[in-house]
Amino acid sequence: MPSSISQDVAKAGTFKPQRSFADEIYRHVREPFPWLIVIFTAVVGLAPVVMDDVSLRESLLLAAVYVTLASNLNLMIGYAEYVNFGNIVFFGLGGYIGVYLATSWHVNLVLSVLAGGVCVSALAYLFGRGILGLRGAFFALATIGVNEAIHAFVTNFEPWGGATGIYLSMDAYEPLGGPMSGLWFCYYLLVLVMGLSLLLSYAIKTSKFGLGILAIGQNEDAAAVLGVPTPRYKAIIYAISGFLPAVAGGLYFFKSGIIEPNGAFDLTTSIEAIVMIMLGGAGTITGPVIGAFLYEELRGFLLFSETFSHLQLVLAGALLLIIVLFVPGGLLGWLRARLPWLRKWLQ
Amino acid sequence: MIGILASVVDGVLVGAVYGLAAMGLTLIWGVMNVINLSHGAIIVLGMFVVYFLTGATGVSAYVGIPVVVVVGFVAGIIIYWMSVNRVIGRPILMSLLATFSLNMIIIGLATAAWTTSPYNVPVSLPGITVQNYTFTGTHIMAAIIAGAIAGILYLFLHYTRPGKAIRAVASNRDAAELNGIPTRQVLAMAFGLGVALACVSGALIATLFPFTVLSGGAYQLKSFVVTVLGGLGNPAGALLGGIALGMVEGLATPFTPVSWTPIIEFGLFVLTLIAFPRGIFAFTKA
Amino acid sequence: MTALLQAINLSRRFGGVQAVSELTFTVNQGEILGLIGPNGAGKSTVFNLLNGVIAPDTGQIIFDGKDITGLPPYTVARHGIARAHQIMQPLLGLSVLENCMVGACFGRENMNLADAREAAREVAQSVGLGDRINALAGSLTTAGKKRLEMARALSAHPKLLLLDEVLAGLNPTEIEHMIETIRGIRKGGITILMIEHVMRAIMSLSDRIVVINLGKRLAEGTPREIAENPEVITAYLGDSKLLATAEEGAP
Repeated sequence: MPSSISQDVAKAGTFKPQRSFADEIYRHVREPFPWLIVIFTAVVGLAPVVMDDVSLRESLLLAAVYVTLASNLNLMIGYAEYVNFGNIVFFGLGGYIGVYLATSWHVNLVLSVLAGGVCVSALAYLFGRGILGLRGAFFALATIGVNEAIHAFVTNFEPWGGATGIYLSMDAYEPLGGPMSGLWFCYYLLVLVMGLSLLLSYAIKTSKFGLGILAIGQNEDAAAVLGVPTPRYKAIIYAISGFLPAVAGGLYFFKSGIIEPNGAFDLTTSIEAIVMIMLGGAGTITGPVIGAFLYEELRGFLLFSETFSHLQLVLAGALLLIIVLFVPGGLLGWLRARLPWLRKWLQ
Repeated sequence: MIGILASVVDGVLVGAVYGLAAMGLTLIWGVMNVINLSHGAIIVLGMFVVYFLTGATGVSAYVGIPVVVVVGFVAGIIIYWMSVNRVIGRPILMSLLATFSLNMIIIGLATAAWTTSPYNVPVSLPGITVQNYTFTGTHIMAAIIAGAIAGILYLFLHYTRPGKAIRAVASNRDAAELNGIPTRQVLAMAFGLGVALACVSGALIATLFPFTVLSGGAYQLKSFVVTVLGGLGNPAGALLGGIALGMVEGLATPFTPVSWTPIIEFGLFVLTLIAFPRGIFAFTKA
Repeated sequence: MTALLQAINLSRRFGGVQAVSELTFTVNQGEILGLIGPNGAGKSTVFNLLNGVIAPDTGQIIFDGKDITGLPPYTVARHGIARAHQIMQPLLGLSVLENCMVGACFGRENMNLADAREAAREVAQSVGLGDRINALAGSLTTAGKKRLEMARALSAHPKLLLLDEVLAGLNPTEIEHMIETIRGIRKGGITILMIEHVMRAIMSLSDRIVVINLGKRLAEGTPREIAENPEVITAYLGDSKLLATAEEGAP
């Protein structure tokens, strides 16, 4: 027995297999999970058209924004286990850049919001190399500081309208064929961004880069000793987690017709995104989706219910406390622990 | 010139109160590695306690300070056992969220009860006039009280049995446990103290400026800035950090529009975190 | 004999303590070099210096002909040095296979995910974790975690393996098993530098031994030479077991 072990070890040391890139892609296409994401995205995108229901569109639009925020934040909180409290800064800054380009410079909307995403990611990367040297609570505090500093800056930045922000005139929607079709256009794009967010979460989780990020989340020092280039990887995931929220910000505020500092850099929304992640299950792909939809439902119910309208915050807080204390894995963590056969479908 | 100097001195006075608030935050962090995100809500609680106390009994706000301390301490103990105890030693996200959820609950209840309209605590104290600049009496008084409380805290932590127990638990929880210190009770007491400090600072702020249920957020952020300047977990540094922040505010006021102050504050905050993650005034814990 | 790793005049001070001082030694290609010394001699600090966890104040580290002094740990890992820790640091939330894949992906060969999966599976099997491949690392026993530490380091197919007290805390049977595994690794062509307190094991495994005390090199030689060195015996004052076990273990 011992001698066969040593031969195995010797053999393992010289093993060198070969796999092609096409095999890698094929492996993903065979998996059911990415298809689930595609189907889900299509259903959300088409539901308001098929049902011919504008109020459904509005509520799904908000849900798509929530899913985008929660799912990308989950890359930091759930994968890399870095608590980013100021993730809303991506959404707000991306929103400002996108809206500004589309209105003041009359750039095509899609190009504007993509430019917002690229700028925000680039800033996040540069900045990430600085603040990601901080660990744990220090990093969490720094992210709050970043959001507040940019909030304060934009409030004083005259080209972006200072404290009053930027209002869109009806003309802004002309290139999209008027306000009505403009709204639909923004809706489809936001749903697309939501779908891409989920595919991104999946792609990262099943990639080598993602393995490195998960290793960082588990134990950063051990990951570095194993060869994971931690500073670069952390900055990259920070930059990636900013891209789609920034794009979504551009679309959302363009659709809303107004962007102003207090709405764009609201720390509460940041925290709400964390609540959604915790509700669904941090570190999973489906979790933030479930959390975002549940949270939006709950919020809508609390806002419209006579009894609870004052106490919305209280109940949301109590809910969060209960999750944190008793169900830290969220709904998905709870389900996966009890129903193992669901794991293939609920990643 | 005298105007700038006066503005800086006034900044120092208000800064001492920021320092007191930050002391509460940093004490809790130093003892149990928890950043108390209900800090802002607690500050608001202190504001309203003193508001109702003066309103109902007619006594001076300063007479009410001991009551605020007791209320804060009890509230802190309750919060500890309700939400913090279970998350001690778990990932940082858990304690952040547990305390933040309490923030939501307290602010939600307070909004339902008192709405978000502004309140103020009327205090009349004669100011001190130097040349043609008058230092507000309430600012001087608040700074004196903040300094006194900081002194009492120092004496408590260094010369009483419970204070020494807190420091023992802060430096090595396992060793303290082995020496028969009931660490959980000590943690609860430390949390109570931290919350009491935040409460008192809220009460003092209420004597300086008008406030609403939502004012806590801004002061909580200031406390973070101060805490980081002073070094997390370092109460003496927090007082210095508070005074430093007050000075920066005082210095900035004559030169820049008020709306620029937050940019300076948070810029300072982020740069300090990156350059001196242990705080500028962290020398005492070297 | 060619040198794989040369540590030249390494020094590192922590506050008032000179943890490592003017330390020079060489690890030759294909050998097992033991690094021993009394508690607090600076052994783990030496490992930390070698794989870049801390940078030396002065001195130089040459690995495989390249100067790796002051490089961060992930770059050192890429050059082909892997390490199994004394205090196990498994990535608790990941499976045994995924833990090993991290080593394979980011180690010397920079493998892609599919290759890494195969390599990790082979290595996990070879160290006896074949049936626990999908278990979470957190669910392993102490011995299991030690094996995982080892498997993770091996998955990188390193040129040099640093083993930091991998036998500590194991029972005699497990130690036997581990010693066989270590011999097997060397047979596979991997050079090993190991810190160990279990004297019998290190005396029987090592080709050469370097003894350090108070951060300085005290002696160097074959296990037998070390066991008979009076300075070493004085350093381990009163530890008569050293001699006894060395006699027993020396080949």
